[in-house]
Amino acid sequence: MSARLIPPVSELTRPYWDAASQHTLVLQHCEAEDKYVFPPRAHSPWGGGPLTWKPVSGKGTVYTYTVAHRPPHPVFADSCPMAIAIVELAEGPRMMSNIVHCDPADLQVGMAVQVAFEAIDDSDITLPVFEPA
Amino acid sequence: MSLRGAAAVVGVAEKAPQRYTGEETILELLSEAANDAIADAGFQHNQVDGLIVHPIGGLPGFVPATVAEFLGLQPTFAEVVDLGGATGAGMVWRAAAAIQSGMCTSCLCLTGTRRRRRTPRPAAKTDDIKTDDIKTDDFKTDKGASPERRQPRSIQPSRDRSPLAEFDSPYGMVGANVGYAMLATRYTHEYGLTDEQRAKVAVDQRKNANVNPAAIFHDQPLTIEEVLASEIICEPLHMLEIVMPAAGAAALLVTSANRVADARQAPAWVLGAGESVTHSSLAQAPGLDTTGIGIAAHAAFSQAGVQPSDVGLASLYDCYTIMVLLTLEAAGFCGRGEAGAFVQSHDMTYAGDFPLNTHGGQLSFGQAGMAGGMSHVTEAVRQIQGRAGDRQITGLELAYAHGNGGIIAEQAGLVFGAQR
Repeated sequence: MSARLIPPVSELTRPYWDAASQHTLVLQHCEAEDKYVFPPRAHSPWGGGPLTWKPVSGKGTVYTYTVAHRPPHPVFADSCPMAIAIVELAEGPRMMSNIVHCDPADLQVGMAVQVAFEAIDDSDITLPVFEPA
Repeated sequence: MSLRGAAAVVGVAEKAPQRYTGEETILELLSEAANDAIADAGFQHNQVDGLIVHPIGGLPGFVPATVAEFLGLQPTFAEVVDLGGATGAGMVWRAAAAIQSGMCTSCLCLTGTRRRRRTPRPAAKTDDIKTDDIKTDDFKTDKGASPERRQPRSIQPSRDRSPLAEFDSPYGMVGANVGYAMLATRYTHEYGLTDEQRAKVAVDQRKNANVNPAAIFHDQPLTIEEVLASEIICEPLHMLEIVMPAAGAAALLVTSANRVADARQAPAWVLGAGESVTHSSLAQAPGLDTTGIGIAAHAAFSQAGVQPSDVGLASLYDCYTIMVLLTLEAAGFCGRGEAGAFVQSHDMTYAGDFPLNTHGGQLSFGQAGMAGGMSHVTEAVRQIQGRAGDRQITGLELAYAHGNGGIIAEQAGLVFGAQR
């Protein structure tokens, strides 16, 4: 892909990034509420119960987006214009992401997307992104 | 229990926003504003026994003690408020609550930031990018970024271990432009909004700034066409819809009801307050119909026992044009989905039928860090006190001030009244 701000991985979040490196999207799941959790927590935000990692479909829709013409940070200087979006996953949670393989003019709120994976330059991290479904 | 009428603002001082400060330290800047506010009220230092400040870059901690010693205060109530752009409004109700509970009698609320001129960076991609004039230049992210490099390399994690750094920043959700642009996209999708409607907010506020000598854009008229001709930074937001960072300071002195008579200035009574914190990442924010903006505003109006339609000045946090529209609607100044039509059909200047951000707002008055959010409060107070000069609203009885932090994450609302 291109240069990025490399995410600071912790022991708590390592399963998410390990799965991403295997091209799988996993989220924590709260058994008590039967709901998925994002971003990762130490305890369920619904009552503090336990959470377990589970693979999810990788399908979602664009909740909102922007096309950044000016780099939000110098590290993105070669990436602009870039589509930054909030994706609402089929399992419920929303997450920040990028929409790739899509002409910015074709972006729409509500459009169906699916997860894709791209390696970050200069790191061993693979970043989940989304592309038109 | 209600805060209504427990305390009033009796002293105001503001160091007018400017692009850069000189050699003075942040403590010198804050000290000037603090002393001016105490003097404005006609109080003495030994009458000030409360102090509220915010986190300050360059001071690793112990901020209230550091500031108090520098000012010559020994407060019996000392507090740090860390609510981004809602910090100023959040300070004022905390001051009133501390006074009401007996922890202090007169409380200084102090905000400010300094800003040194930096050596201009080489442009990110092309030579015509004016990185000096736009918020993208000021993001508080990795100082290790090396813009000189032709081809950027990825940047190792900084000391920031927040979920934002891990799950938002890698995608370019850095700073605020991206987030407010996404809010504008979503609002437009749900309710409809035109570029011209957003631009009208910036233009009416500029008209207000043009009669405020302290405003950073005091001498620069602005048209809707100019806003729409300015560069698109993040779709759909243009450069002139985006606040320009500045330096400055603002201080308020809040005192108890039974000390109001000691003050040189007329009181601006705190009649109601509300606050809300709903998320950190915009991806985790509630929907537009259930934002914290409305929670804080409705709490403030409810405590004051008044309606939005009762107030004669809306002093609303404006980091971006879209934020004003979101707040007008969520706070109840207009109905759901009506914000675009509302701003188009009202004259929002000091002389108009819906005075809004009569100081010019941050967009045209200037955003001096936390003092930017405090500017909505200082303007509401000055207008209530009848000290707003050429932009004074005639016969003003009630004003609403709203602060907003992060990407609509932190909210604080205040209702001020001329009468208790």
